[in-house]
Amino acid sequence: MTPAEPSAVLLRLCDASGCRAAGATALAGALAAGLEGLTSGGPPPRLKPVGCLRLCSRGPLLAVDRDGISTLYGGLSPAQMPALLALACGRGEPAPIRSAALAGHVVDHRQPFFALQRPLVLETCGCVDPTDLDDALAHGAYRQLQRLLATATPAQVRAEVRRSGLRGRGGAGYPTGLKWETVALQPPGPRLVVANGDEGDPGAFMDRSILEGDPHRLIEGLAIAAYAVGARQGYIYVRAEYPLAIARLRRALDQVRDRGLLAGTGAGSFAFTPELRVGAGAYVCGEETALLASIAGGRGIPRQRPPFPAQEGLGGCPTLINNIETLAALPALLRMGGDAHAAIGPPTCPGTKVFSISGAVVHTGLVEVPMGTSLRTVVLTMAGGVPDGTGSDGGIKAVQTGGPSGGCLPASLLDTGIDYDVLRVLGSSLGSGGLVVLDHRCAMPELARQFMAFCAGESCGKCVPCRAGTVQLADLLDQLVQGRASAADLERLVQLAEVVQRTSLCGLGQTAPNPLFSTLRHFRGDYLERLQPLAPWQS
Amino acid sequence: MAVVTLHVDGMAVAVPAGAPLLQALTAAGVTLPTLCHHPRLSPVAACRLCLVELEGAPRPVPACVTAAAEGQRLATDTPALRQGRRLIVELLFAEGNHPCAVCVADGDCELQDAAQRVGMDRVTVPYRHPPRQVDASHPLFLLDHHRCILCSRCVRVCDEIEGAHVWAMAERGGRTRLIAGLDQPWGAVDSCTSCGKCVAVCPTGALVTREDVPLSPWPGP
Amino acid sequence: MTAALPPAKPRLRLATVWLMGCSGCHMAFLDLDEALVSLADRYDIVHSPVLSDRKVFPEGVDVCLVEGAVSSVDNLAMARRLRLRSRLVVALGDCAVTGNVTALRNQHPDGLAGVLQRCWGQAVPPADSPLPPLLERVLPLHAVIRVDLVLPGCPPEPGCIGRLLASLG
Repeated sequence: MTPAEPSAVLLRLCDASGCRAAGATALAGALAAGLEGLTSGGPPPRLKPVGCLRLCSRGPLLAVDRDGISTLYGGLSPAQMPALLALACGRGEPAPIRSAALAGHVVDHRQPFFALQRPLVLETCGCVDPTDLDDALAHGAYRQLQRLLATATPAQVRAEVRRSGLRGRGGAGYPTGLKWETVALQPPGPRLVVANGDEGDPGAFMDRSILEGDPHRLIEGLAIAAYAVGARQGYIYVRAEYPLAIARLRRALDQVRDRGLLAGTGAGSFAFTPELRVGAGAYVCGEETALLASIAGGRGIPRQRPPFPAQEGLGGCPTLINNIETLAALPALLRMGGDAHAAIGPPTCPGTKVFSISGAVVHTGLVEVPMGTSLRTVVLTMAGGVPDGTGSDGGIKAVQTGGPSGGCLPASLLDTGIDYDVLRVLGSSLGSGGLVVLDHRCAMPELARQFMAFCAGESCGKCVPCRAGTVQLADLLDQLVQGRASAADLERLVQLAEVVQRTSLCGLGQTAPNPLFSTLRHFRGDYLERLQPLAPWQS
Repeated sequence: MAVVTLHVDGMAVAVPAGAPLLQALTAAGVTLPTLCHHPRLSPVAACRLCLVELEGAPRPVPACVTAAAEGQRLATDTPALRQGRRLIVELLFAEGNHPCAVCVADGDCELQDAAQRVGMDRVTVPYRHPPRQVDASHPLFLLDHHRCILCSRCVRVCDEIEGAHVWAMAERGGRTRLIAGLDQPWGAVDSCTSCGKCVAVCPTGALVTREDVPLSPWPGP
Repeated sequence: MTAALPPAKPRLRLATVWLMGCSGCHMAFLDLDEALVSLADRYDIVHSPVLSDRKVFPEGVDVCLVEGAVSSVDNLAMARRLRLRSRLVVALGDCAVTGNVTALRNQHPDGLAGVLQRCWGQAVPPADSPLPPLLERVLPLHAVIRVDLVLPGCPPEPGCIGRLLASLG
């Protein structure tokens, strides 16, 4: 976090969707106008729009870099503009940081929410101006790509990624290196790479933050992947509900094309042309075969696998599909080397993971921590637990992970270290990284109903168990929530859910019952207390 | 032609390598109910009735699109498969409106056949009775959405064989429905050649020939 | 050595009930014709809209054939009553098994009010209506009570009804 000029004060204003919703745009306007009106001498303070500054619940956020010290302010409005300007210009005056007008707005960045973060994917998110290629280059963008193009063969890049132990951050946790190898080793012919930015889990905003805050990191990662598997063409698929991410990505793609940054003549001549594809509002397009159908211009409908896209994808070509966060992890990973990456976190699941924390916690926002960090550390120590929560679990009843295909872990399992395998054993799933904290006011059957209704609404309608089964499950859960279900109905619910899980065509239907199963497993009492006795004429 | 040997419910059968497992099932004398499958059309694995258990696979696989390979061991009639098949047929009956007694396809309906095959004596999930429409705008044929099970055979036959692309699916989930043209009345779709292939492949009474349905205007209440 | 006569089977008490249906299933039952006579060897018909004058559903019924779907408050009460008083309940015919034509009214987008409006010109029946209030939705029998056996058909084949009763008796 070094200011561009040592003597200038830098105002880094979070210009991501979260802070914009909290009023960052008005604040930016006020600050810009204020800066324009400044007449005092010396280098003028510089206002710089940046990506996510992490603590979304205190937005809009502004970091002031002055004399080598960064101070973070939150909950700002144009009313604080004069005080902020005075601070930015008041060199030499005593401790203006403590000015009364800003007293309630200082955010302590030594608190665990910030101190325990280990930014790799997000290392320049919040520092770099996402609209400015030169700024990105100054922060090291495309350096790894250029180095690899000049010095490494695709096979060496794949070997490095395999050694790093990186696993896909989209939710399945499939080893990234292995996926790359599968694509690279297909019979000769064209290959394609796709970045999956159809982030749709409720409570997940990791990918959006990366795209809004540091689009060049993703493009670099995608280009590295393309080089490693022998692809010359690629797509970045972003859901339409992310207009700011789309605008920034589009601009970034124009910038790299104009500069010719995605080409090289080193170990292998390489020219890569990624294109942006915008979704049409279907959650199921996060499923890779549906995503490919959508890219090809058809309805976002999954097909049976195998063949996997790595064997037969777009236009029948082997197609590598990686999640945004997976790709954005590559530049830092390749800089530090596979072995150093493999040493972070648990050996079976190394690296860092970005989590978006929301729900009943004091601090909501974005954190990046080593894999294997305990849930307790993330939601209690860092996020502060439930506001006014008491007890050793901070008033937390459960943590919902993995969205509609994930599940709920009870407070008794807060000491669980987060990784793909552990969460799966516990009946949940890590998913893409959304953590929704639930307090004791949350009734689990209602949560399960909520997610089931979500899946019913997002089912593509192709296969029968998902299309018709999720609708019936949502209705059965409705009855249960309303206290109109018996033990026999609950048994029926579980039976039907098992069939939907077992027989559905794609991941959406196969995982739709997960929130139900995991809440039944850990919070059975919440269900039993709603059951009605069977009437004598029903038994 | 490479031939592979595999086992269907313990019986060894030989089929061409890569052939769909359905072919191996036929060779073994096993017939499963199918609804989206049609031998002349590309498979879509949507109805999930032909699921079989393949040793070593994490979940049942659809026999219509899974390729036969040497040494595979299939089970086609386990309790879990039977339960799944029956429930899937029940879901179809509950999803649309299927009073067989007043349906033109009664006795000549693959959905009805499937129900008998899976032993569905009653539908244990609540009937949804969706308000749907009948499209009687075509001079020769009739589309009764109540009876449509969204198998997409009509969509495929019109695309893959007739090449007219009249049919498509619109919306999603429980609101998915068959549309003609750009969601127009069927009779208003110029690209329809009135070939009748969609009617021929429809497994239920959703697409029928008008002469099968004597239509006289209802005098009203 | 004397050949032992098989023990006489106890006679069974048979009831038939007509919920919301067209009576076609009862007609099919009557179409057993002369076979009804041989059924009488095994069954006492203790309650039936077509074969008995008793208005009150009796206790201790062995087999109860139920025609029709559950469409009104009276249907619902009758279904519960017959279940509590019968050993074996048979859903007879498609209306009882699936709702069938009786349940077509469920498709009305405005529900029961829309059906009443369409049929009677008013969405709410008059307060002094002698007709039993209709349920919001027509249900198959097994949706409201436990059903032991189903005999589908619209109407069921008389022969099937006969074979069912013969096999139970």
